[in-house]
Formats: sequence, C-alpha cells, structure tokens
Amino acid sequence: MTITLSHFSAAVVFALFASIVFGITHRESTRDMVRYGVYCFAMFLGGLWLAGWAMWLLKR
Amino acid sequence: MANSTTEKAKVASTDQVSLMSVLAPAVGWLIPGAGHMIQKRWIRGGLLFVSIVTMFLLGLAMQGRIYHPNGGDILDILGFIGDLGAGGLYIVTLAMDWGQGVIAYATADYGTKFMIVAGLLNFISVADAYHIAIGKKQ
Repeated sequence: MTITLSHFSAAVVFALFASIVFGITHRESTRDMVRYGVYCFAMFLGGLWLAGWAMWLLKR
Repeated sequence: MANSTTEKAKVASTDQVSLMSVLAPAVGWLIPGAGHMIQKRWIRGGLLFVSIVTMFLLGLAMQGRIYHPNGGDILDILGFIGDLGAGGLYIVTLAMDWGQGVIAYATADYGTKFMIVAGLLNFISVADAYHIAIGKKQ
C-alpha cells in the first residue's frame, strides 16, 4: 500500500504528531501538556506558512 | 525494631525505583509509549504509541527508506541512529525487509524523514519515561 501526500499535507501530519509528543514529554500537568502541544502545532504551521512565502519571494 | 522495618521498606522502595528506571526506558524503546504504560500513565503512553507508530508506518507507506547499520556517510549514520530510536518497529522492518525503496520521488523522501523523526521522538519519549521512573516528573 502506497500513500502519496503533498508537501503541505505531510508537513501538517508531521506537525500534529510531533506536537502531541512534545506536549506530553515537555510538561507536567494535563492542562499544560495540551496548551504546549497546541502552541507547538501553531508554531510548526506558522513556520511552514512563513517558509512557504519566503521561498516564493526567493523564487521571485 | 521499628527502624529495621522502616529501613527494609526504604530499601525495597529504592530497589523498585532502580528496576523501573531501567525497565521503563528499555520497554519504552522497544514499544513506543510502553515505558509510560508500565508506570500506569495509560493515556500518555497510548498517545505516544499512536503518534510514533503512525508516523513510522506512514513513512513506510510513503515508500521511505530504512537505514541499515553503516560506517559510511555521516548523514547515513545519523539516519541509522534516528531509525534505531524506533526500537521494535525498526527491528520488525529490518526483519521483514521493508523500507528498501529507492528515493526516486519527493513522497519517498518525506517517508524516509518520517521514519527518522519517529525514532527521534521515541528517544524523547524514552527519556520522559526514565524521568517518571526516577521521580523527577509526575
């Protein structure tokens, strides 16, 4: 079985799972784990968005 | 007499912590999230298991390449170390001869990276299981 993901989809999936692991392993209480996980996910997506536009500018 | 009983309880408790501080990381490396589960952190262990295993399996499904033990290029060595972090998943993949694809297109490259990162995330998970075992974290 082969799965084909676009670059964006792969990056979002990557960000999701990495954020879950970071949230669990870097904080103590459940509330802090969830908050930090969401924060990491937002940072991943924000960085992805910024990098995309930076590459568009470079190409231009 | 009371002191002797207290001391015995302390020694038993210390032995338990020492055993768990070895067992949790070892089991956690072999099966992602298991190091947390054997310490009764079921939800954390379950989430770690689902995240790391899914990421690794997605990597395989995207025709990613698994790195074998090697003494060559530094990037190949780092790739091997990353893959090794996945523990039992890596062992099964090697045994079943999966992950032998040629990275001829972009998706396969993503797959290779997914498997490496799954291994690295498991290293973090193992360290967390160890910290719980030694009482550094709840």
